[in-house]
Amino acid sequence: MSSNMVAILYLISALLFIFALRGLSHPESSRMGNIFGIIGMIIAVFTTLMFKSVLSYYEIGAAILIGGAIGSFIALRIEMTALPQLVAAFHSLVGLAAVFVAAAAFYDPVAFSIGKVGSIKTASLVEMSIGTFIGAITFSGSVLAFGKLQGTISGKPIVFKFQHLINALIFLLIIFLIILFVINQSPTIFWTIVIVSILLGFLVVIPIGGADMPVVVSMLNSYSGWAACGIGFTLSNNLLIITGALVGASGAILSYIMSKGMNRSIINVVLGGFGGEQDTSVNKDNSDKIVKQGNAEDAAYIMKNADSVIIVPGYGMAVAQAQHALREMGDILKKEGIEVRYAIHPVAGRMPGHMNVLLAEANVPYEEVLELDEINHDFPMTEVSFVIGANDVTNPAAKTDESSPIFGMPILDVEKSQSVLFVKRSMATGYSGVDNELFYRDNTTMLFGDAKKMCEDIVKSLSA
Amino acid sequence: MEAHSSEVFVIGLTVFFLACIIGYYVVWSVTPALHSPLMGVTNAISSVIIVGAILAAGPQGFDTSKIFGLIGVVLASVNIFGGFLVTYRMLSMFKKKTKKTKEKE
Repeated sequence: MSSNMVAILYLISALLFIFALRGLSHPESSRMGNIFGIIGMIIAVFTTLMFKSVLSYYEIGAAILIGGAIGSFIALRIEMTALPQLVAAFHSLVGLAAVFVAAAAFYDPVAFSIGKVGSIKTASLVEMSIGTFIGAITFSGSVLAFGKLQGTISGKPIVFKFQHLINALIFLLIIFLIILFVINQSPTIFWTIVIVSILLGFLVVIPIGGADMPVVVSMLNSYSGWAACGIGFTLSNNLLIITGALVGASGAILSYIMSKGMNRSIINVVLGGFGGEQDTSVNKDNSDKIVKQGNAEDAAYIMKNADSVIIVPGYGMAVAQAQHALREMGDILKKEGIEVRYAIHPVAGRMPGHMNVLLAEANVPYEEVLELDEINHDFPMTEVSFVIGANDVTNPAAKTDESSPIFGMPILDVEKSQSVLFVKRSMATGYSGVDNELFYRDNTTMLFGDAKKMCEDIVKSLSA
Repeated sequence: MEAHSSEVFVIGLTVFFLACIIGYYVVWSVTPALHSPLMGVTNAISSVIIVGAILAAGPQGFDTSKIFGLIGVVLASVNIFGGFLVTYRMLSMFKKKTKKTKEKE
């Protein structure tokens, strides 16, 4: 195949990838978009297999089959509540793959026409080491994020003295190593870069706590794109550069949206340590305040007599797998002629759009699921807000209390509705360690218990 | 030779910045409800890095570079199949129950 033909096929594949993302502007066009993406990938793979230098079809075919089988098996079996850790795990693989491709290019530069062993072009060396560096960080950062999301590692932020200074020094060390590598092209230095970058990846994610995970997952998404870009520059391959840039931009925008949802800068999230430190100072003694408790029958009664209900789901709903029971509850209320809608905070859950997927899984029509800006002005006209598994995103302290660590964060104005039903396991504070004054208001009824069990009980009382 | 390689780099850089701008506008148009599928798809397409892995695994014989290439192919394939499939699963959930309300829009 001529090099022009290759370039054109790669271009088609890149365009299909752009359409794949474009399709996601609406649920109706999104499935077609995914198909475009798949076609683009098939074109890219087959075009590459047509290269004159590519001869070992059996080995490559076997490798694709093994990887494909593992990937398909995981993707078909995974629970939707476990999506965030799945995505983190996948990011780590992209990072690792980037490291291996860079290593392959380093050991056999002729195959990529970037020079000979020991005399690789300087530009290629720089690009290669940057790709390796980002790939390795993506790998270890994602592994740690996976551990935190999966619960294997504590989700609490781990902070220690001079953390940022150490990270900065390691970063400088990596730059120094890259310069050294470009000069003497030593394999030892190449692998040192890999190891030190892996270490840095761990250190960068370690101080970041559970609820900041949406930002971290998006950030790692972005890194995996930049790693692909780095490899694209090494191989002078426009398809890799374009795709890497698309993914990098996508992850960066998602990180921005997520940190805006918490009213914090990305830098602030990355530096981490949020939540852990405030625990002692903020937990004021609230034992004298009165909390109104209720049970499932009370909740059923209150909602049955309302005209409109807004349901506010959060991570707790995902943990309890309550989405199906919740939808059932919503269905019964709708049958009674009550308007039921869902309000999603940008950072609800552990990854961007997490709640939307769970509600879609439970067959909630997506028209009933609204974003913060779309629904927030409707709370004053709403009779009941049903908060399930969310906490900080409803805390009015974000608007009133300047000393609160969550001050300035956009919140869902549930306190403006006539009454608030709060499904919660216990009186424990949310992730930020801030007490929620909403619990003590007259129009709030606390429903203590497991989110799923509570929804099921409410369904029973409603049907009775 | 030097002039040629810098030219290639500049072309790459041009492509890179234009792609970033396209990415910026395309991603902002993605509806927030579909941010999880967006991560699934970007994850799958970033594994286009498989192209590099195939090139490394391509030559006959067996050396270090080829082994690295094959590992790269396996890793990227996990992502490609896994990424597209999980996105497909997510998106098919957004399909249901839309017929009745479709006319409203």
